[in-house]
Amino acid sequence: MSNTQAATSEKPVFYLTEEHHPENSTNLGFWIYLMSDCLMFAVLFATYAVLGRSYAAGPSPADLFDLKLVAINTAMLLFSSITYGFAMLRMEKGDKSGTLMWLGITGLFGLAFLGIELYEFYHLIHEGATPQRSAFLSAFFTLVGTHGLHVTFGCIWLVTLMVQVAKFGLIEENRRRLMCLSMFWHFLDVIWIGVFSLVYLVGVLG
Amino acid sequence: MFTNTNLMEFIFGRLSWNSLAFTHDPIILATFVVVVLGGGAVVGAITYFRLWGYLWNEWFTSVDHKKIGIMYVILSLVMLMRGFADAVMMRAQQAIAFGENQGYLPPHHYDQIFTAHGVIMIFFFAMPLVTGIMNYVVPLQIGARDVSFPFLNNFSFWMTTAGAVIIMMSLFVGEFARTGWLAYPPLSGADYSPGVGVDYYIWGLQVAGVGTTLSGINLIATIVKMRAPGMTMMKMPIFTWTSLCTNVLIVASFPILTATLVLLTLDRYVGTNFFTNDLGGNPMMYVNLIWIWGHPEVYILILPAFGIFSEIVSTFSGKRLFGYASMVYATVVITILSYIVWLHHFFTMGSGASVNAFFGITTMIISIPTGAKIFNWLFTMYRGRIRYEVPMYWTIGFMVTFVIGGMTGVMLAIPPADFVLHNSLFLIAHFHNVIIGGVVFGLLAGINFWYPKAFGYRLDPFWGKMSFWFWLTGFYFAFMPLYVLGLMGVTRRVNHFEDSSLQIWFIIAAFGAFLIALGIASFVIQLVVSFFKREQLRDTTGDPWNGRTLEWSTSSPPPEYNFAFTPVVYDHDGWYDMKNSGYVRPLEGFKPIHMPKNTGTGVILSAFSVTLAFGLIWYMWWLAALSFLAILVVSIAHTFNYKRDYYIQAETVIATENARTKQLAEQA
Amino acid sequence: MKLIRRLSALALPLALSGCDLVVMSPSGDIAMQQRDLIIVSVVLMLLIIIPVICLTFYFAWHYRRSNINAKYDPEWHHSTRLEVVIWAAPLAIIIALGAVTWVSTHKLDPYRPLDRIDANRPVTPETKPITIEVVALDWKWLFLYPEQGIATVNEIAAPIDTPIEFKITGSTVMNSFYIPALAGQIYAMPGMQTKLHAVMNKEGVYEGFSANYSGDGFSGMRFKFHGMSNDNFGQWVARVKGQGSALNRDAYLKLERPSSRVPVTYFASVENGLYDAILNLCVKPGQMCANEMMHIDMMGGAGKDSHENRKRLEYDTRWAADAGPGATHPATGHGAKEPTQAGGVNAPAGATEGHEGHGAAPGQLNTNPKP
Repeated sequence: MSNTQAATSEKPVFYLTEEHHPENSTNLGFWIYLMSDCLMFAVLFATYAVLGRSYAAGPSPADLFDLKLVAINTAMLLFSSITYGFAMLRMEKGDKSGTLMWLGITGLFGLAFLGIELYEFYHLIHEGATPQRSAFLSAFFTLVGTHGLHVTFGCIWLVTLMVQVAKFGLIEENRRRLMCLSMFWHFLDVIWIGVFSLVYLVGVLG
Repeated sequence: MFTNTNLMEFIFGRLSWNSLAFTHDPIILATFVVVVLGGGAVVGAITYFRLWGYLWNEWFTSVDHKKIGIMYVILSLVMLMRGFADAVMMRAQQAIAFGENQGYLPPHHYDQIFTAHGVIMIFFFAMPLVTGIMNYVVPLQIGARDVSFPFLNNFSFWMTTAGAVIIMMSLFVGEFARTGWLAYPPLSGADYSPGVGVDYYIWGLQVAGVGTTLSGINLIATIVKMRAPGMTMMKMPIFTWTSLCTNVLIVASFPILTATLVLLTLDRYVGTNFFTNDLGGNPMMYVNLIWIWGHPEVYILILPAFGIFSEIVSTFSGKRLFGYASMVYATVVITILSYIVWLHHFFTMGSGASVNAFFGITTMIISIPTGAKIFNWLFTMYRGRIRYEVPMYWTIGFMVTFVIGGMTGVMLAIPPADFVLHNSLFLIAHFHNVIIGGVVFGLLAGINFWYPKAFGYRLDPFWGKMSFWFWLTGFYFAFMPLYVLGLMGVTRRVNHFEDSSLQIWFIIAAFGAFLIALGIASFVIQLVVSFFKREQLRDTTGDPWNGRTLEWSTSSPPPEYNFAFTPVVYDHDGWYDMKNSGYVRPLEGFKPIHMPKNTGTGVILSAFSVTLAFGLIWYMWWLAALSFLAILVVSIAHTFNYKRDYYIQAETVIATENARTKQLAEQA
Repeated sequence: MKLIRRLSALALPLALSGCDLVVMSPSGDIAMQQRDLIIVSVVLMLLIIIPVICLTFYFAWHYRRSNINAKYDPEWHHSTRLEVVIWAAPLAIIIALGAVTWVSTHKLDPYRPLDRIDANRPVTPETKPITIEVVALDWKWLFLYPEQGIATVNEIAAPIDTPIEFKITGSTVMNSFYIPALAGQIYAMPGMQTKLHAVMNKEGVYEGFSANYSGDGFSGMRFKFHGMSNDNFGQWVARVKGQGSALNRDAYLKLERPSSRVPVTYFASVENGLYDAILNLCVKPGQMCANEMMHIDMMGGAGKDSHENRKRLEYDTRWAADAGPGATHPATGHGAKEPTQAGGVNAPAGATEGHEGHGAAPGQLNTNPKP
């Protein structure tokens, strides 16, 4: 062992005399959480892939999905990601009111997305295409609904953070939280791209 | 307008007086009386000695990884009693239920017992024990003062406890699942299991699963970010390595369990068709998904045990671990391979020959790194000076027992052989062979090994050896007959037999269970005796075994802040290296130490999780809604608390360290 | 083969000679080959396991602290040569076992028709196999003989030295069809068909059962397999035809109701297409068959106006109508379906109807809403 020999000539330092500040783990921890969440979606995607053509002699995606509506919905979510990006830019500049404004706009886009999704669900159920109708619809509602639930929680979190930023300013904790929500929000965007391509596009056009 | 019945149904859902299982089952009634009396005595004693405040302030709300680790271990030992009671009941039933004699457990009760036994032993005994030991040891081994997210740690523990509470509730209120521990649909679906049993199963696991996943994330972040300066990945102690891999497995597999159970929940509550026979559902999908979680789960349990044995073999042989690097590679390889073997749990479901052969061979490949590990331990003993303390007994017992289990495991991995052995008692014997011979032996070795670190005194060696010998012989008596019975074509989960020639083997197995009971009793006696003999067994050095890793460099028990100064590491046997290189313990220059503050949020959230689950299980929707709302409000309120840390004053640190200096001087 | 036989004698401790290790001494050729595989793998693995166990004991003893004569080298922790050996040794065994696995898994694939009657007799074009259709019910086994036009419950017979093709399905939950003396098991699943090819080489009566837990009556889900000479089999078929009643759809619908420990029952004739209907979950009149559904799905579904199809496809809920008025779950709107009493099994008196336990535990009543 090299250090044993080194010890004879010069004693190595075996402890730090100053406070040791390990790097903050929040970003890493949150990233790992997102990956675990990603796995849940992976299961839902896999389930949809397996059951997605089991219509139980019922309606298929081509019968049900309105691509125009979904395209608008997708645009809402993509815009919300962009506006969140603007909010983060304002945050970097230390501009509290700008940050809040862009966060507010992000939230509105998020709510618009949820509104359109709920309308779509209502419409489907009204037509008799309920989650109980077939394995395909079970998998569809669960995959899209789980994503929608995530967006709902994102919105609740967003409002909470807006209150906190308004109250306590862009302090370090709030910056970190905004960063985490940012990762969460973009993550949901990525998942939605998957939903849009694999469920809607492949379903209607494939 | 509500009629009276509607109102009752709104308030109580499915719950009624008849749901209280102890009102009509004498066995459960007796258990209930014992639990009420025992629980009453404990609560009474705590109240009498005015300990509630102490428990709440010092333990329940604590974010100290050491205290949380100890609480995990206590939880797991309590649940071991329940799970083992189930085992004894099954062994007794199978030993007597032949021919005319139906035994004392009707199917609806017996089926709940084997389901509960599996669920409790895996989720609420082995998992919390593994998590508890990792929680206690890992931050100390890497020279950290706590985990990355101390509050999350407390919350994770309480969620695991909440899951255990939910499962325990099913004993007295309603029933537990009668489906086997993995609840295969369609049997576990709403149509074939309409009662509350499967719902208890689902919500118990979901709530505990939140805790497990979060604690996995926490420990990964801790190991990646909080290591002492100088501790590169290849200088991490081997237990830390196995913990890292285990937590990676947890984070990469528990979400799959969560999602799968969500789908089953939707089938049961909403009427979706994921795993139904009709309307396009596919039960085989569930079997695949549950085992994609289930197989890594096996390695989640065994890897930390491997780590514990590595530490013990090296410490008690007084020798560096043989082949550290290959040990690390073996661990990583096992971690990865554990994801591509799941299908070996159902070769008999009719996949094609090539698919079966592929999964059979990947399974066998896992035995290569595992075999390498066994050899590494073997050659660590080679040219060592082996001290036969209790942990070393467990290790030798493990090495001999585990290879037998490994062999039968590879037999089961050959698909055509599996066709005749699958679901038989041979399979039961195999996985108990590796879980008891590997995981349980490892965890008990670990408890004996680190107990002096946690409590400042060693465990009594006599009762430790008694416990070891009873466990070891008990294991062989209990499970070798099951191997034989498996070869006689006896299948699992049967509660009554016609062929009386089998009986003798079941009686031997029951005798084995009795020996294991003595082993558990000896362990409990060991804890009690050691407590009373603690002055004789006192460890004043902090290093009772001539240890090799950083946890032995601090006092026993360690101060709240673990290390007054963050250690710097040059070798994977960090403390051994320090001792050899003339490390001098610092006596001055102490500074205030930044620490996280305790919080009761975890306890509150977990309590609401229990009521949420209870509401969902019994269809008391108002309760579920209110609980959910409460969880949301409490969580948000918690984020408004920005003052989560405090400083331990320098004077306190100086006083603590001086006390230790004095103690060490007296020792010398 | 002789070597294997001899090894098997060694592998089994004398103490066990008294009991009937059916898995190690089966009577069917497939199970025999599976037995041989167990022995080969054990022997291969013992090559490494025995030295490891011996070394463990030897090192543990030799390097004990009190033995100060043993060499002590606290820094010795690496040897490339040794590392190569400890990785290569298991690797070599696994390569051998892997090869055995690949070959045997294909050769003993339950879906593959047999090519031999036993070690010495190949299957010739003249060999006429027999087909048996197996249905796992709650909690009994139904066997249909399409060639003979008969059916039985909880008893199965086949001529020896004749390849048997089992087609296996189920009615409610997963079971596993297993006759240890004949061949390995395979799952029986509703709405799906698995297959098993096997042959019995010795006359005799053998145990068969479900090897996958399936609910309350699981323990009693046993049957006897009779290996017979061709002549005896003919007589057995004649006896079934002489004694049994007819198995039509109505009789099947009664039979499939949960019941346990059902005595052997014979059916002299079987309605045409019954097995296919069972497999496709459409025995009940008016049901849509699963294969028809799959065909529609393959063609892209039946569009939005297909509500009536749903009713015709509901299967798991088929007993829900039996449940009393209070049986509907408040949450889901669909009823609880596990009947607590067997509903009129068309079996001779003496069949234990219903499953034990529910009667003994009124506490289950509210969770099993049907009184």
